[in-house]
Amino acid sequence: MIRAAHRQPGFVAALAHRLSGLALAIFLPLHFLALATALNGAEALDAFLAVTRNPFVQASELGIVVALAIHMTLGLRVLAIELFDFRETTLAALSACAACAFAVGLVFLLNAG
Amino acid sequence: MTAALFVAQRLSAIVLAIAVAAHLGTILYAVRGGLTAGDILARTHGNAWLAAFYAAFVIAVAVHAPIGLRNVLREWTAWRGTTLDLVMAAFALGLLALGLRAIVAVFVA
Amino acid sequence: MLSVDVWRGTREGRFQAFQVPRRENQTVLDVVTEIQREQDPTLAYRFACRVGMCGSCAMMVNGRPRWTCRTRVSEVAGDGHLRLEPLRNLTVVKDLAVEMTQFFDKWRDAKGFFEPGPQPAKEFATVPPATPERQAADAGIECIGCGVCYSACDVVAWDKDYLGPAALNRAWTLVNDVRDQGNDARLRSVSDDNGCVACHTHMSCTKFCPKAIAPTYAIAGLKRTVLRRALRGGR
Repeated sequence: MIRAAHRQPGFVAALAHRLSGLALAIFLPLHFLALATALNGAEALDAFLAVTRNPFVQASELGIVVALAIHMTLGLRVLAIELFDFRETTLAALSACAACAFAVGLVFLLNAG
Repeated sequence: MTAALFVAQRLSAIVLAIAVAAHLGTILYAVRGGLTAGDILARTHGNAWLAAFYAAFVIAVAVHAPIGLRNVLREWTAWRGTTLDLVMAAFALGLLALGLRAIVAVFVA
Repeated sequence: MLSVDVWRGTREGRFQAFQVPRRENQTVLDVVTEIQREQDPTLAYRFACRVGMCGSCAMMVNGRPRWTCRTRVSEVAGDGHLRLEPLRNLTVVKDLAVEMTQFFDKWRDAKGFFEPGPQPAKEFATVPPATPERQAADAGIECIGCGVCYSACDVVAWDKDYLGPAALNRAWTLVNDVRDQGNDARLRSVSDDNGCVACHTHMSCTKFCPKAIAPTYAIAGLKRTVLRRALRGGR
């Protein structure tokens, strides 16, 4: 189903980078709107936070945290290739990025109890 | 993108690399054991340095995200040209406005 | 026996199935040639040197852009099946032959040609091979314009105006040519919406280049040059 020429690390990295970026672009306005409820006082923000305690929202929060971490690590990879002539192209380097991102997600999961 | 957009994207990316690392670090630390509005606002109210940090963060995001989104739309849809550029500029201003409003809410109000 | 699905037609068309005996050390070019000579003389395809020097035989083999003369059947058709299509991202002339004009037009648009300047040089330029600029140029000058990288590139597929890896790689070799006088115009050509800034580092070009050239790093070099110029206030 996936085009043969796409089964290589660079494409996977670029796609993950792009999709995580899209997710973040959608999330951010919502994040700003949520925080701005504090304009009506701490109780207003608390009321909003209470609404977000359901499992679907919490799963989305985890997803966004991982998306942010993935977007950043893969973005650093792009900056390294572009600015510092970094030449590591293996799946290993990509896996390192993914591992960091998931570590961040795990920490979030453990802390946000 | 034009060269100017490319430069802005990469420079904002560098700013964001630092800001996101700081933000993720503090949030991961702060959410331990649950987080209430009171907790957040107690740390942020009147904190001018933190407000300045987040203002820089918001500006970098308002530059970075619309340029990235413009690329995605130009490549994955048939939309391009001046209308797309204008809508992306509006998205940038929208992010800036909402972001600064959130900063006022959390740091000032 | 090998079962081979070959694209017939232009942009509209269909796959035609052939059966070809497996032979020792067979290349995909051997297969296509056998089909055209023994089974269907109306099949259109290109080749010339058949020894991996000219790049004429490039096509999509099981979804990947390759030189058919340098692709062993045993390497790509383990399950006994081959799927042959014309190079991606280029207009199909007929069957497996594509129109290369757009590819070379973009080469020209990227100013991928040497610019000697208004005055002829008075003396030979002394260019030590070990200098960073010459090494950067040398890394990319073996390109023979086969079109494999262009076909592998997703950004070319998504944006018809993107100059593409080959043209940009050539531009980079000239940016690093200390004799060239045309870099202002060249850098302008490669730094707009269709130029180096549109590369998203998928690295398909580098993965598939049969000459082991890495257009990704050439394009990264162009990006660095564009950034440096912008930050210094120049265009």
